Amino acid sequence: MSAISRTEVEHLARLARIDMSDEELDRVAGQLDAVLDAVAAVAKVATDDVPATSHPVPLTNVTRPDVVRPGLSAQEALAGAPAAEDGRFRVPMILGEEA
Amino acid sequence: MNELVQWDATRLAEGLRSGVVSAEEVTRAHLDRIDAVDGPTSGANESGVHAFLHVDHEGALARARQIDADRAAGADLGPLAGIPVGVKDVLTTKGLPTTAGSRMLQGWVPPYDATVVRELHAAGLVVLGKTNMDEFAMGSTTEHSAYGVTRNPWDATRIPGGSGGGSAAALAAFEAPLTIGSDTGGSIRQPAAVTGTVGVKPTYGAVSRYGLIALASSLDQAGPCARTVMDTALLHAVIAGHDPYDSTSLPDAVPDVVGAARQGATGDLTGVRVGVVTELSGEGYEPGVVARFEEALAELRAAGAEVVELSLPNIVHALAAYYLILPSEASSNLAKFDGMRYGLRVVPEGENVTAETVMRATRAAGFGDEAKRRIVLGTYALSAGYYDAYYGSAQKVRTLVQRDFAAAFADVDVLVSPTAPTVAYRLGEKLDDPLAMYAGDVATIPANLAGIPGMSLPAGLSDGLPVGLQVLAPQRADDRLYRVGAALEARLNDKWGGPLLAKVPTWQGVSA
Repeated sequence: MSAISRTEVEHLARLARIDMSDEELDRVAGQLDAVLDAVAAVAKVATDDVPATSHPVPLTNVTRPDVVRPGLSAQEALAGAPAAEDGRFRVPMILGEEA
Repeated sequence: MNELVQWDATRLAEGLRSGVVSAEEVTRAHLDRIDAVDGPTSGANESGVHAFLHVDHEGALARARQIDADRAAGADLGPLAGIPVGVKDVLTTKGLPTTAGSRMLQGWVPPYDATVVRELHAAGLVVLGKTNMDEFAMGSTTEHSAYGVTRNPWDATRIPGGSGGGSAAALAAFEAPLTIGSDTGGSIRQPAAVTGTVGVKPTYGAVSRYGLIALASSLDQAGPCARTVMDTALLHAVIAGHDPYDSTSLPDAVPDVVGAARQGATGDLTGVRVGVVTELSGEGYEPGVVARFEEALAELRAAGAEVVELSLPNIVHALAAYYLILPSEASSNLAKFDGMRYGLRVVPEGENVTAETVMRATRAAGFGDEAKRRIVLGTYALSAGYYDAYYGSAQKVRTLVQRDFAAAFADVDVLVSPTAPTVAYRLGEKLDDPLAMYAGDVATIPANLAGIPGMSLPAGLSDGLPVGLQVLAPQRADDRLYRVGAALEARLNDKWGGPLLAKVPTWQGVSA
């Protein structure tokens, strides 16, 4: 089950939105293969009768009254932005990427 | 070295209350110590501890003067008012740079304080600065910081543990009497073990995670680090409690950890049942580590505790489950670093500049090797076709580990083990071998999967390097860690003729 190919790592890097060099892909593929080999054992102990636990303590939905309260100002929210304009985040082109 | 930096927080607090010292003097002594030993990691003084990424000289002194003025005016101050504290760089600090050890956040100055930081300020503690860490808390050596390694004050060629190596090394190098860490798989406890200090991962949800830059949300927990069990308890009491800003924060009252530490300090553990986890000692553990652990068990028995051996059969699968759950959650949490709203933005050259290409270039430049490795692994574990086999199975193992702990705690009050299988290894030794590095967390990870509290405290030296002992307790019973830890500490200090840190070598190349 474990074997992970270099092509697969390339695909995963694309899904994760990380550009990787050829050298990086080679190295990461080797390391991930070893890690996956080591962790594959979980599938053997995880039998059908065992329920999954996603969280260490049971979670319940937490709500508060819908009352307006102070938050960050627009200026504070934009303070760390790589680029801002007219009180908004300035981002690269999102639509029409194929154009 | 100014004698004040050797005082623990309890003694400093007494000195501040009685007027023997001022907060300004105490703060200045620690800032001077940082200036003397922390040093740059490259250039002339390469052997600097490098526990800090950012030191707030001006802010800390101003804060200290304010505390002195408040005290002179007769204000009712908390027990730690005027005491310096270092904060792991994973917690946001308003007006102070916060990077999580990553290039991705280089130069970022948060517009808000983490709840833990707000609580430190409210209790009158003096924030000295931000401590070094593995990038986004991924690592067990602090070698994965984008800003250079932290060195172990016991031996400058060795790791200080990770990811909170900065917070632990700052204590062992006498740069701060108190620090804050975060523990996702042992990042408070393992650095404490290899630096001869005390670190506690509280019960999951006992300390707010608001403003703690998330690595794996179901595992992360901020907690206190100090040089003594009592100091750790005092800091724990300051930062623990319910926070409406964190929806997973426990609404329960905080157990009396300070009272428990005081009770334990008498050295009497009559009526306490201590379980020794069979699976967490022996194979893979260095002989020196096992020897110190056995000696500590003898002290627990001498203190009146009943020590029994028991098995947690599924704990052997915890490491594997963790290294699937953590990357899965991390790949999701770190998706927010997209170069759009804060942090780094890299615009690729000679390419169609779109949000997509900017994101890929930014993440390529901003994340280090370990972060990339784990993000890709998490993306794989969560992908269609592999989800059930990897992530789903890991979540089931989590259930089995929790059941093992529940069964154990039906029989004993606390569990003990060595904190880490080895003493601090050399810098670079396991850098290209992730599996070897991950194996160092084998004893600490189960507590994160189960959400239970854990403490590491010094158990002695092996080949001149510190060995840690871990105490684990059931969820919400953090006070038991402090009772047992304080009792063991008291007995071991008697045996050694003083605290272990009295033996830490003076920092090389620095006239103390």
